[in-house]
Amino acid sequence: MNINIFRYEFRARRKSVLIWGGSLAALILLFFSIFPGFAGQAALVDELMKKFPPALLEAFGMSRLNMASVTGFYSIIFLFAQICLAIQAGNYGFGLVSIEEAEWTADFLLTKPASRVQILTSKLLAAFASLTLTNLVIWISTFLAIALFSDGREVDMNAVILMLLSVMIFQLFFLCVGLVISLIVKRIRSVTPYSLGLGFGAYILSAFSGIFGDVALEYITPFKQIDPAYIAEHGSFNTPLLLLNIGITVISLAASYWLYLRRDIKAAV
Amino acid sequence: MSIIEVNNLTKYYGKSRGIVDVSFNVEEGEIFGFIGPNGAGKSTTIRLLLSLIHPTSGSMQIFGKNVVDNGPEIRRDIGYLPSEVFYYEGMKVIDLLKYSASFYARDCTTRMQELSEIMELDMNRRISDLSYGNKKKVGIVQGLLHSPKLLFLDEPTAGLDPLMQRKFFDLIRKENKNGVTVFFSSHILGEVQRLCNRVGIIREGRIVETSDIRTLQQNNYKKIHVTGSGMDSSTFKLPGVTNLTSENGTQHFFFKGDINVVLQKLYGLQVSDVTIEEPTLEEIFMHYYE
Repeated sequence: MNINIFRYEFRARRKSVLIWGGSLAALILLFFSIFPGFAGQAALVDELMKKFPPALLEAFGMSRLNMASVTGFYSIIFLFAQICLAIQAGNYGFGLVSIEEAEWTADFLLTKPASRVQILTSKLLAAFASLTLTNLVIWISTFLAIALFSDGREVDMNAVILMLLSVMIFQLFFLCVGLVISLIVKRIRSVTPYSLGLGFGAYILSAFSGIFGDVALEYITPFKQIDPAYIAEHGSFNTPLLLLNIGITVISLAASYWLYLRRDIKAAV
Repeated sequence: MSIIEVNNLTKYYGKSRGIVDVSFNVEEGEIFGFIGPNGAGKSTTIRLLLSLIHPTSGSMQIFGKNVVDNGPEIRRDIGYLPSEVFYYEGMKVIDLLKYSASFYARDCTTRMQELSEIMELDMNRRISDLSYGNKKKVGIVQGLLHSPKLLFLDEPTAGLDPLMQRKFFDLIRKENKNGVTVFFSSHILGEVQRLCNRVGIIREGRIVETSDIRTLQQNNYKKIHVTGSGMDSSTFKLPGVTNLTSENGTQHFFFKGDINVVLQKLYGLQVSDVTIEEPTLEEIFMHYYE
């Protein structure tokens, strides 16, 4: 770990963290603010929901939910937050070393007296610090939203806290998988298409698995491995799937170090 | 002690050639010129020595230490100026230089000021606003501010105006006088000739010749022009004569071998003018590429 690299990398993401954090806080608070009206007419809402095709509800994880409960309602907001988190973490993962190489500044950094392990570790920790700030924003906005808009209804705090705890695991998945893909793919010119692809791809995989029922593919997507609807319903993680998620993250991380240490940095022109 | 020692170094990018079986030494305190056309493998060699890329086979040592195992330690005393300079666009020059300096244990502030003054670099400007030549100046200051013992210059003069080039060469000479070893890669032979003690010539990934710049000029060829009456293109058909051309009664040719052979020949002729000179490096160089 090199404190100079960490500081530079962390500063470079200041604006990004501000924008993502602000958007997520707005999403959670605004979305939750309609809860009191929503819950007040629970019967009506249930009636309404029955009119939607079941496949659509399944895709949004709404089929098994009690929308009139705070936890059930929050789990839907949380799913949207997850999509944002996936794209943000994917952005940081895909860009961690590839931006430097696309803009040819890698030559500058890698000819300094720092080892590649130091460089990658510092970059990873800086990205993790930025993600943790975003994570913090989610915790604060969630508690604030519940305090302001739960309408005096009972809250299953256990399930809410489990969801909040899963944020870090979820972020690390996209950070590390993004990084390892960026090291396998020959050259990344722009990060956004990749992170959008990975984020939405993983989400759609999870949504479609709901429609088609038993498809094994769903197990590899974090949206299923850390499914807020499941947590709201059971008050616990789906442990085997959660372990699978962590396993993929750890393997991606190890593979990233292995690849980065052996990587040839291409010359400009 | 050899500062750089390269043995049978080979690098393939997949199937395409980088360099093949390259061996050479660079001694302490010298300015070693590394010449060859674009694509010959100059940058590949430098990037290998800086651990930016990994060798396919062969070994490299810098300061007597294996490059592959001791990269970070070796790089403490290395300065690098690439042919194309790229820095973080959003940063100010001063911030970039401070970031660069932060990697080294010593305090580089005074040196940084000194170098910026010599190179007339405005440190308060943003990198993205700089012209190519000015970015190059940032590169020079950045490469030298930590007082390295070994300098890698990869075609360093591109983008510098002649005045700056001269200042740059003076700076390199001064560094060299203070004991800094310089590895200077270029395809412009004139500048290598002006600056270097010894050269390695690389062609299609292989070293064709490593030698003292004087021996290269002396032992090889003389460039001879003779003007006089009663001579034609057949007069100098001697062993050792090449590139014979005739123009307005003047014979131009290169000669390699015992110079007395030519002098004897001249003795019997009616000569009005004769010039015997060292060929330029350029001319020698062309010979290697024939």
